[in-house]
Amino acid sequence: MIRSRRLKLQVFRYVVLLAAALFFLMPMFASIEFSTRGNGIAAPRTLDSWKLIASTPELSDAIIASLELAVITSVMMLVLLLPTMVWVRLRLPRINRVVEFICLMPLTVPAIALVVGIKPIYIWISLNVTDSILALAFAYLILVLPYAFRALDAGLGAIDLKTLTEAARSLGAGWGTVMLRIVVPSIPSAILNASLLSVALVLGEYTFANLMNYENLQVAVAYESLVDAGTSVAISVAALAFGFVLLMVLSFVGRLRSTPVGALQRP
Amino acid sequence: MTTSLGIEVRLEELRRVFAGVVALDELTLTIAPGELVALLGPSGCGKTTALRLVAGLDEATNGRVVFGGSDVTNLGANRRNVGMVFQAYSLFPHMTAMQNVAFGLQLRHLGDAERRERSGEMLELVGLSGFADRYPAQLSGGQQQRVALARALAIRPKVLLLDEPLSALDAKVRSRLRDEIRRVQLEVGITTLFVTHDQEEALAIADRVGVMNKGRLEQLGPPTTIYSRPATPFVAEFVGLTNKLEGSVKDGEVEVRGVRLPLVKPDASDGPATALIRPEAVSLKADGAPDGPLAGTVIAVAFLRATSRVTVDLGDQIVLAQMPTSEASAHPAGTRVLLILRADPVLIARDEKASAES
Repeated sequence: MIRSRRLKLQVFRYVVLLAAALFFLMPMFASIEFSTRGNGIAAPRTLDSWKLIASTPELSDAIIASLELAVITSVMMLVLLLPTMVWVRLRLPRINRVVEFICLMPLTVPAIALVVGIKPIYIWISLNVTDSILALAFAYLILVLPYAFRALDAGLGAIDLKTLTEAARSLGAGWGTVMLRIVVPSIPSAILNASLLSVALVLGEYTFANLMNYENLQVAVAYESLVDAGTSVAISVAALAFGFVLLMVLSFVGRLRSTPVGALQRP
Repeated sequence: MTTSLGIEVRLEELRRVFAGVVALDELTLTIAPGELVALLGPSGCGKTTALRLVAGLDEATNGRVVFGGSDVTNLGANRRNVGMVFQAYSLFPHMTAMQNVAFGLQLRHLGDAERRERSGEMLELVGLSGFADRYPAQLSGGQQQRVALARALAIRPKVLLLDEPLSALDAKVRSRLRDEIRRVQLEVGITTLFVTHDQEEALAIADRVGVMNKGRLEQLGPPTTIYSRPATPFVAEFVGLTNKLEGSVKDGEVEVRGVRLPLVKPDASDGPATALIRPEAVSLKADGAPDGPLAGTVIAVAFLRATSRVTVDLGDQIVLAQMPTSEASAHPAGTRVLLILRADPVLIARDEKASAES
């Protein structure tokens, strides 16, 4: 009786896994298939579309710009958000709700509305300060706030922040040391999660860049699809694969750091 | 282990008000060099607030904190050079025991070799030399608190502050670690302030105990004095068990159920009062068929190893008597007994204001 139930559960698990895998992998396979098609029905498979990514300067520029934006946005997010959240938790816990509300607000405002609000500032910036696409990082910072806040909030909630910081302070640590040597290493996976979400969001962002006339990865992919559908699909697959590899690397690094050597030999 | 001489720590009229609520009300306390003073009291009595003010983790509304003659009231926690052990486990989870102990030394820019040597010495002092490479998650609660003690002492602090370091541990580990903290404290000779709500802990470990209530220090003295000569009804009731028997004061004595007992403060005015009598001052007699206001029935005997606590029902009141176990075994539950109150000076409490007439 129990054996048959276990078997049923096992079968159910594999069916769900298979269905989910098909759901995610089919479009990937289809994209790869499409991007490696030759010109003509009977033409052999070719990597021409993939090779075009590197040889089209607008595309490679857009890829580099998006990667730079992803890094800058993540760093800015951490530098701005983490100390703020730590400070609020320790010194002003009563305004924690307010900070949460502010951080989650971008979720409720459609990107198009945000653009309408922000655009005049960006026009001024591009006329008076810089016309570099990297200025977009400030707008992206707003977009990633809700996701980064949630990830960091979970991490900070899982440690005894007050006691750890007070212990470090009593041992002679200033606030900078407390942040860099105690708080950051105590929540590595939360920081990695927040960064990963930011990177993924920036790499996939289209609306802001397009409406504000900047050419990032997604805008370039959209243009390219009008010219050469094969190449645009190839870039999309490459971006997805990059995100996947990044996720794997980060989760692997996170696991390495959060599991001390011999953690299982608990006395 | 080098013995560092402790310094004198003075708390002068320390006051802390949180949003209109007085948490600490002009606490004045001088801790002699190398002395261990325990602040004892119920939760919310201000003892932890006092400790945090000494540590610099909180700012006083008024008053001063003086370490060895120099005023540290306005110094931040990271510049006071105090060692602190917290109630919650406070080891840095990403560092080994050794790295935790060495953390404060690193901040003081000690060389690698010296750092390692002193951290090793400290771990040895708390009996954990073999655990230097373990992470906090691989240590038991008691071991973690011992590492925390080693970490606090490694920086050779001026003062050691212990904020209920034993309350998260189970009873057996608690009493062992308590003795160990005292041994280490005596060995190092450091001035120590220990905060606890556990009277047994405070009485066992401290040179002097300060009993706190509602932000005020009710009594400060050696454990024996606190126990046997409580200055106020609150201290009498908070430290040890106390029987409360209705009586009346007359001519400097209190009459309780027909027995006249001397008062700690004989100048109390005449009138009804509640006498506070320790269970040790009550003994039992079981000859014949006892009768009268002090006769009752034993309803329970609690075995406390060398002594036993006998609960006697007088009909309108329950009274506790504590005596050697050999004596208590003569009065099993159900026996009719006569209470004998030892003629020790007693404290009285009065309804209108409990502490006014102590």
